[in-house]
Amino acid sequence: MSAAPMVVSPAPLLERLPLDLRDAVLGLLPESLRWLASGLITILVLLAVFGLLFAYLTLAERKLLGRVQNRPGPNRTGWFGLLQPFADAVKALTKEDVVPRAADQVLHYLAPVVLVALSLMGFAVIPFGRLLVPVELDAAVLYFFAAGAATELAVFMAGWASRNKYSLLAAMRALAQLISYELPLLLSFVPVIMLAGTLSTTGIVAAQDGWRFGFIPHWHILTPWGFAGFVIFMIAAFAESNRSPFDLPEAESELIAGHLTEYSGFKYALFFMAEYFGMCALSAMAVTLFLGGWRAPLPFLEFIPSYLWFGLKLITLLVGFIWVRATMPRLRIDQLTRLAWKFLVPLSLINLGTAAFWSLTTTWTGPLYLARWAVALAIVIIPFVTLGRQLSAGNGPRTYRYAS
Amino acid sequence: MSVSDLTPLSSPAGAQVRAVHDEFHGDLLEVSMGPHHPSTHGVFRMIVTLDGETIVKLKPVFGYLHRNHEKLGENTTYLASMPYTDRLDYLNSMTNNWAYAVAVEKLAGLAVPERAEYVRVILAEMTRLLNHTCLAGFLMQDCGCMGTPLMYAFREREKILDLFEALSGSRMMCNYQRFGGCRVDPSPEWIAGVRQLVEAYGPFLDEFEALLSGNEIIMARTQGVGRLAPELAVSAGVTGPVLRATGVAHDLRKVDAYGVYPKFDFRVPLGDHGDTYDRYMIRILEMRESISILRQALAALPGGPIMDPKAKLRGFRPKAGEAYGRIEGPKGEIGFYLISDGGPNPYRYRVRPPSFINLTILEDMCLGHTVADAVIILGSVDIVLGEVDR
Repeated sequence: MSAAPMVVSPAPLLERLPLDLRDAVLGLLPESLRWLASGLITILVLLAVFGLLFAYLTLAERKLLGRVQNRPGPNRTGWFGLLQPFADAVKALTKEDVVPRAADQVLHYLAPVVLVALSLMGFAVIPFGRLLVPVELDAAVLYFFAAGAATELAVFMAGWASRNKYSLLAAMRALAQLISYELPLLLSFVPVIMLAGTLSTTGIVAAQDGWRFGFIPHWHILTPWGFAGFVIFMIAAFAESNRSPFDLPEAESELIAGHLTEYSGFKYALFFMAEYFGMCALSAMAVTLFLGGWRAPLPFLEFIPSYLWFGLKLITLLVGFIWVRATMPRLRIDQLTRLAWKFLVPLSLINLGTAAFWSLTTTWTGPLYLARWAVALAIVIIPFVTLGRQLSAGNGPRTYRYAS
Repeated sequence: MSVSDLTPLSSPAGAQVRAVHDEFHGDLLEVSMGPHHPSTHGVFRMIVTLDGETIVKLKPVFGYLHRNHEKLGENTTYLASMPYTDRLDYLNSMTNNWAYAVAVEKLAGLAVPERAEYVRVILAEMTRLLNHTCLAGFLMQDCGCMGTPLMYAFREREKILDLFEALSGSRMMCNYQRFGGCRVDPSPEWIAGVRQLVEAYGPFLDEFEALLSGNEIIMARTQGVGRLAPELAVSAGVTGPVLRATGVAHDLRKVDAYGVYPKFDFRVPLGDHGDTYDRYMIRILEMRESISILRQALAALPGGPIMDPKAKLRGFRPKAGEAYGRIEGPKGEIGFYLISDGGPNPYRYRVRPPSFINLTILEDMCLGHTVADAVIILGSVDIVLGEVDR
């Protein structure tokens, strides 16, 4: 939201509504306080919206997991369990906060706070709608991933400070995972920056403007390099947000609760909040980088306010996160690092080449246009198949014999 | 390959490993997993010594569930021990009952009517389905699936338990077999229920396998993990699916041909690698064979009495002697060894628990693998602590 309180925009009423509401509130305040109040309102709205999204995401996750697993999920608190998140919050707040005597008291306390703070920072630069950008930053993408990478340090803090062997193992895993997955995560969107020519998130959304043949949007995911980048980005995002199948630091069946073993009460809830915030932030970034940000998927749907489209895309990705969690087993730490270094990093490097080819051949038309697609697809698919084969070499379905 | 073809092999476990405190290499990490760890399948404890995440030493600790089972057996009458056998492997009370009944019948020289033999086979194969389904679910849970396979498995288990309850009055502690037959005669409605279950089981297995058996991550996690050499398996006395996964054709249903098993046409699946994936797949394949046995048994179920009319349950005093009765339980050879001195109680009562003996090779399978692997290797061995500790 730009600093100037009164924006004269040609946008329709619904599109302008959040800004108009803010301006109405600001109008009640004296002129000298407006700049401060504007910033605070933005922060409060972000906290409220994503706080509520977090609350109902936990419910949605439990409901969806229940649906997949043949059970109803929470349905006792309110209609369809709609009050469950609040019941959980009350429970978390009233629980005793146990800190192990041997733990590093300061770090143990600090870890969840730092984690939540860092995972919230990413939201500042996401363009949630045509007019809704909390902070306009030139190096927005860089800032976002710097804040995101720092969350893993908080996980390490939690693991180290708990003075528990399971937590320590989890901390070790968290760092190994951070080092492995930060690289493919960053490399996967470098093509986007190359082609958009900017690190600003608004600039990246602006680069996905317009329609091919009048109805196919110019989203990055609808190009060969963009699709490959999106897939790599999402895999790395699963690892970055410690979600199944990469929930190794928290591996319940191996490390009890990993870095969360010695946490209870509200601190435990904070860790969960941070996990969901991280998931939301990374999904929001994926929407911005690859899925056209707040843009509508078809020209005639543009009358729907942009922030609703953004929300819809965000929720689709979040449901994807939950669905994968319901179906996938967990990888082992060495397999996880192998997947990162031997598969995702080479693929994302090759993807840079694909993107370069794509940007050099923008002038190709007619049959050359088809050739452009064919070549780009080949550069994406052939390494994917060969590297994938190598990765799972030696493993495969088996046939069994029977005793005579 | 059969048991006699193999030469014994000494265990690689117990080899010297470096000291936990080592000034030059740095200390190793000793982690006590259990007895309240989420994936030790009960109150089992492993003291693992880790170099990074690699296991260099693993010491199993058990006995937390010890309840003097064998001594109790020597101080109660033969019949009074029957309900206690339910509590051994509490997932498979039907096969525990059967093995104990076989031992006592051998001791007392009792005959079993044919209908009872058929019912026993039906119940044993249902138990096998129950056990293997649960195991597959637990194993996938250990692999990190968020409960989905476990829930699917428990949905099917529930159907079998309902049938057990309808027949014996109890879901898990069935106490159904008697010396010389079975306690109650199954009704035609019950038989129809089993038929319905059997017909629905194949599609369930197909669904389960479509979700898991070909999963890339499952294969990466389980193939080549926890390899067990057939020689070691045989010298350790391992039985059941764990042994057959190493490629040794040893199934008591074929070897002993007890009961009416010779009348049924079924195959014994064998693995070639002896790893965790083989142990999982052997169980899936065994379930498919069990379905086929159940179909045949239900089709050929004869009429007649369910109990030997000459069998006398009260004041039961077998003549002095000894007997060992064993059957192929879902987890392996479950056997009971009894010595009678002619009194109302056995003079010696001994259980051969498959879980406990299969567990002895745990360290050999886990060395060199990671903590995450140890959990699934333990899961694939399939233990129930009620039987391990007795």
